[in-house]
Amino acid sequence: MTVEIARHKGRPRTRDYIGYLIDGFEELKGDRLRADDPAIVGGLGWFRGRAVLVVGHQKGTTLDEQELHSWGMAKPEGYRKAQRLFALAERHGLPVLSFVDTPGAYPGVAAEEGGQARAIADTMLRMARLSVPVIATVIGEGGSGGALALAVADRVLMQENATYSVITPEGCAAILWRDAAFAPQAAEALKPTAAHLLELGVVERIVAEPRGGAHHNPEVAAASVAEAISEALAELDGIAPQERRRRRRERFRQLGQWFDPELPPGTLSLFGGYSTALR
Amino acid sequence: MNVTVEIERRDSDPVKPEWACPSCHQPARLADLRANLMVCPHCGFHLRIGARERIRQLVDEGTFRELWSNVLTLDPLKFTDLETYPERVREAQAKTGLNEAIVTGTAAVDGTQCVLAVMDFGFMGGSMGSVVGEKLWRSTELAAGEDLPLVAVCSSGGARMQEGILSLMQMAKTSCAVDLINEATSPFVTILADPCTGGVVASFATLADICIAEPGAQLYFTGPRVIAETTHEKLPQGFGSAERNLQLGHLDAVVARKDLRVRVGNYLRLLGGGEEPDRVTTTIGRERGKGGMGQTALERAKAFATYARRPFVRGDREAAGEAEEPAAREPSP
Repeated sequence: MTVEIARHKGRPRTRDYIGYLIDGFEELKGDRLRADDPAIVGGLGWFRGRAVLVVGHQKGTTLDEQELHSWGMAKPEGYRKAQRLFALAERHGLPVLSFVDTPGAYPGVAAEEGGQARAIADTMLRMARLSVPVIATVIGEGGSGGALALAVADRVLMQENATYSVITPEGCAAILWRDAAFAPQAAEALKPTAAHLLELGVVERIVAEPRGGAHHNPEVAAASVAEAISEALAELDGIAPQERRRRRRERFRQLGQWFDPELPPGTLSLFGGYSTALR
Repeated sequence: MNVTVEIERRDSDPVKPEWACPSCHQPARLADLRANLMVCPHCGFHLRIGARERIRQLVDEGTFRELWSNVLTLDPLKFTDLETYPERVREAQAKTGLNEAIVTGTAAVDGTQCVLAVMDFGFMGGSMGSVVGEKLWRSTELAAGEDLPLVAVCSSGGARMQEGILSLMQMAKTSCAVDLINEATSPFVTILADPCTGGVVASFATLADICIAEPGAQLYFTGPRVIAETTHEKLPQGFGSAERNLQLGHLDAVVARKDLRVRVGNYLRLLGGGEEPDRVTTTIGRERGKGGMGQTALERAKAFATYARRPFVRGDREAAGEAEEPAAREPSP
C-alpha cells in the first residue's frame, strides 16, 4: 500500500532530487543562531539555467545517513535555517523550491525546549510573507506540522506514491482507536493519498512516478518532477510579487470544508464556497 | 475531562457538594471557587474553564457580541474510528452547548473594543478543524478590516484528526491569517490556557504580538508521552509548563486569571494607540482628534453595527467605566 512505498528506504531523497534537478548546487548551512540541523538541507543552485533557492527535509538512505539526518525530523535550528534561507531568497528575488519528506518534527526534549512550536509557526508565517514564487513538492512522507512548515507554497506538487497527513497512521490509531495495531484502519480513514489530496484542493498536481514507485527509476521520477516544477514556475512568473503573496494567502484560506447557513446565497456556496466540487 | 461543565451542572443543584482541589486536595465551596474565577482559593491552581465562562471573566460585562456561531462542521473524509465523526461532534455539542471548539465575536476588554476568539477544550479537546480555522480567519479579517485588536484565548489538543489533511491545513490557514493581521498592524494578543499543544501552539497561538499564558498551563508541540515513547528521554522538572516556557524565553509573561482583563486591556491600549488606563475612563467619548480613544471607539462601534447587521448593544463608555474596578466581579448566576 501507499504508505509503504512513501516510506520505502530506497526512495529518492531531497539530495537525490537536488542532484538530478539542480546544477552547481551550493549548500548553505546553519541557522545563524546556534546550530546546523542536517535534517533540513538548503542552498542555492541553477534550475534549468535559473538561480533558485532549494530547501528540503533530508532523510538519508543508509542507516548511518538516516541517523545523521534524524530521519528528516527537523529541530528548531532546522526550521530557523529554512527561515533565514527564505529571507535570503526574498532579498535577492530567487524562487523557492522546497521538498517535503519527513515523518514529522523531531520529538525530543531539547527540540521542544528550544522552541519547536514557535519555530514551525514562524516558518509558515515567513513562507506566507514571501513575494517570490514558492513551489513545494511532497516527495515521500509529508508528516504533520513538521512537513507543512516547508509547504506554505503557491503550488504544492505531490508525487503519485507520496503521502501527506496530519498524523501518522500509527499515531492516529493510538489516539482514536487506543491501539497502534489499528494503523491500517487509520491509514484508510485518514486518506493521505495524492489522489484524495488533489480532490480536496490541498495539492495542485500529482507528479507521475515510474511503475512500482520512484525508487525503481529515480532518474525518470526526477525528470517528471522537474517538468512539473518548471511548468508551475512559468505560471507563477506571470503574477506580480505582492499579488503572489495575496493569492498564496487566499489559497490557504480556501482550504477546509464548513457550512454557514447565514451567508447570503450566491456569494459563497453552501459548502464553504470552497468545496472541491467547485474548484 | 471538562471540569467546568460538571461543576456548573452541580452548581444548580440545591445540595452543593464539597469540591477538592486536584492539586492541593484542600476542599472549597463551589460558590467560593466560582467567585475566585475557578482558581483554587488555597493553592492558586487554575482549573480549566469553558469558552462561555472565559468570556464572562475576561470581557467587560454586556459587551460581548457573538459572531459566526452557526458555522458548522462537515465531514469531508466521512471519517469513522470507533464512532463516526458526526456522532463525536454531536456529543461534543451536547456536552458543551457550543457548535464548535471556538467562540468568536466582538467585546470590550477593560474598555478597549476588540475582536475575541476563545477556544473551548471541552469540545473535542479544543481540536482545530475547518470551522475553527475559518472562524479564526474571519476574526483576523474583521480585526484587520476594522483596525481593531484581536485577542485569542487558546486551549487545544491540536489538529482535529477526523478532518485529516484539512485539519493540518488549518495550521497554514491560521498562519496566513496572522500575516493578514500583521500587514494591517492590528494588535494581536494570545492567552494560552491549559492545555495548549500540537497544531495550535505551532501556528497562530505563538505568532501573536504578545503571547502570555495562565499559571500551570501545559504548553508543548510534542507531548511527554510521545517523547518518552520515541526518544526515551528523561523529562526535566516542569517540562512544558507555562513557568518553564517563560524561563526559556517562549512567553512574554505568565499572568494569573484574576489579572488577565487588566493586563490584556493594557496591552491593547499600548499597541493600539490608546490612552493610559485612568485617563481612558475620564476622556473617553469626548471630542478628540484623530487617533484619540473616544472618537475612534464610537466609529468602531458603528462599524460593528453595520457589520453584524444588528444594533450595537452598548458603547464602550459604559464598559470603560468598569475599568476602575477590575477582575473581582461576581460571576453571573
